[in-house]
Amino acid sequence: MAFEIRKIREDFPTLARQVRPGVPLVYLDSTATSHKPEAVLAAMDGYYRHSNANIHRGVHTLAEEATALYEQAREGIARFINAPAARQVIYTRNTTESINLVAYTWARANLKSGDVVIATEMEHHSNLVPWHMLAAERGVRLEFIPVTGDGLLDLEAYQKLLQLGPKLVTFTHMSNVLGTINPAREIIRLAHEAGAVTLVDGAQSVPHFPVDVQDLDVDFMAFSAHKMVGPTGIGVLYGKQALLEAMPPFLGGGDMIKTVHLHSFTPNTIPYKFEAGTPAIAEAVGFGAACEYLSGVGMDAIAAYEHAITEYALERLEEIPGLRLFGPSADKKGGVAAFTLDGIHPHDVAQILDQDGVAVRAGHHCAQPLHEKFSIPATSRASFYLYSTTEEVDRLVEGIYKVKKYFA
Amino acid sequence: MDDLYREVIIEHYKNPSYRGKLDPHDIFFADNNPLCGDHIEITLQVGADGAVSDARFDGHGCAISQASADLLMEHIIGKPLEEVKQLNKQDVLDLLGIDLGPVRLKCALLSLKVLKAGVYGLGEAGDDLVE
Ligand SMILES: Cc1ncc(COP(=O)(O)O)c(C=O)c1O
Repeated sequence: MAFEIRKIREDFPTLARQVRPGVPLVYLDSTATSHKPEAVLAAMDGYYRHSNANIHRGVHTLAEEATALYEQAREGIARFINAPAARQVIYTRNTTESINLVAYTWARANLKSGDVVIATEMEHHSNLVPWHMLAAERGVRLEFIPVTGDGLLDLEAYQKLLQLGPKLVTFTHMSNVLGTINPAREIIRLAHEAGAVTLVDGAQSVPHFPVDVQDLDVDFMAFSAHKMVGPTGIGVLYGKQALLEAMPPFLGGGDMIKTVHLHSFTPNTIPYKFEAGTPAIAEAVGFGAACEYLSGVGMDAIAAYEHAITEYALERLEEIPGLRLFGPSADKKGGVAAFTLDGIHPHDVAQILDQDGVAVRAGHHCAQPLHEKFSIPATSRASFYLYSTTEEVDRLVEGIYKVKKYFA
Repeated sequence: MDDLYREVIIEHYKNPSYRGKLDPHDIFFADNNPLCGDHIEITLQVGADGAVSDARFDGHGCAISQASADLLMEHIIGKPLEEVKQLNKQDVLDLLGIDLGPVRLKCALLSLKVLKAGVYGLGEAGDDLVE
């Protein structure tokens, strides 16, 4: 299917709105969260209007329909990442919860004082703080793969760290600030050779390019629906079957059990073992629809389109005097452009851009250590998705010139 | 809003009248907004009548945080400390003359927080000071 940007934009109702009368929206904050196409909104709306019921155990028609929709969505998500089986796809609330699930179950069952966990300097707080908490509780030792000046992981340093015999190697597949796409297959292969389990934060990769968990040979992978044209409130933890089966359950309650007695319980099989209580059913249905939508457009086509936009954006931004871009060149990164402007705080940049309807994010983007590494408190960040256009990049660039004029 | 951002805020940001440090001073306090790296410190001289006889701020950060600090210093000179203690969020917004979303509000209120923590002689500047 040919990539028709005009048609794609028509699928996303929010993109047509004006921020204020006469000021159309230029949404360049998809790294924080994406907009949702009609197909996803309709799937969720249709679920509530037509099938709404609690899932599992119910024998009535609506309960069976709801259960089928919930499980079909799981199968769709499994296909989307090429998981061997749908039961390896565990619903969570988001990437953060998926990572915490691994930290609270697998890690607490397998790591003891002195064991080494390797992460990177470019992690989002959600793949840092759970390990800080584990380190405080268990005396686990955290090591970090350094980030080089041009925003890449220092793989030589990584090889040295592997000699420590880590139990876990965890890293973001794509940085939400630098945009760096990390060589996940290679990092995972080396980790496995060193005997470590691997956890990949896929929050920015799964939405933007084809991700095949079997090809990567990753042990755990976390991602969120809301960054991939799906709803908030639902995410996934993918895991290898043997690992998931050996893990203790996470939250206790209904659905996650096989049998319960007054003094004991036996946990359910995967994935239900990790899904206590009534889940986000409509959101799961929306997540399934989101995967279907993205597959319909084609993840290869999306990645290629975003690459072209990013190349164009970096080229235009580089022309602006006093603008400093962070991260590697376009061939090594996804659709993220984080920058600073000499003498102008990112908050002021974002606020003045907003006057012209241009939505960018300003701050540390939940990656404070990475900003410390580059000795800056904050950056402005423009990010792109399948519905972004070169005209929007032009509006951004015009806006930045206007910001500079204000402060001249 | 467009014009206000430019005129009041940019003017006070670029050409502050009260940037600096008073030495000697009677009151000093400093604090950060860790989320955006804004930093504000204030020094005050207080007269025998219990009123602020002079005030300065120093620091770095976004235009809103620095401009509001400058405006606030201008506003409190000559005012009794008891009156300074009563200043609130709305007073700062009136000085700036703009409405702000919750994120920028923190930038705008940092100087008031620092000022009140200093005037009250507190060890720490809490958000409850600027509600
Ligand atoms: C790289 C990365 N990891 C994790 C997250 C956290 O995602 P969520 O807030 O959906 O849990 C984000 C989102 O900002 C991200 O960009």
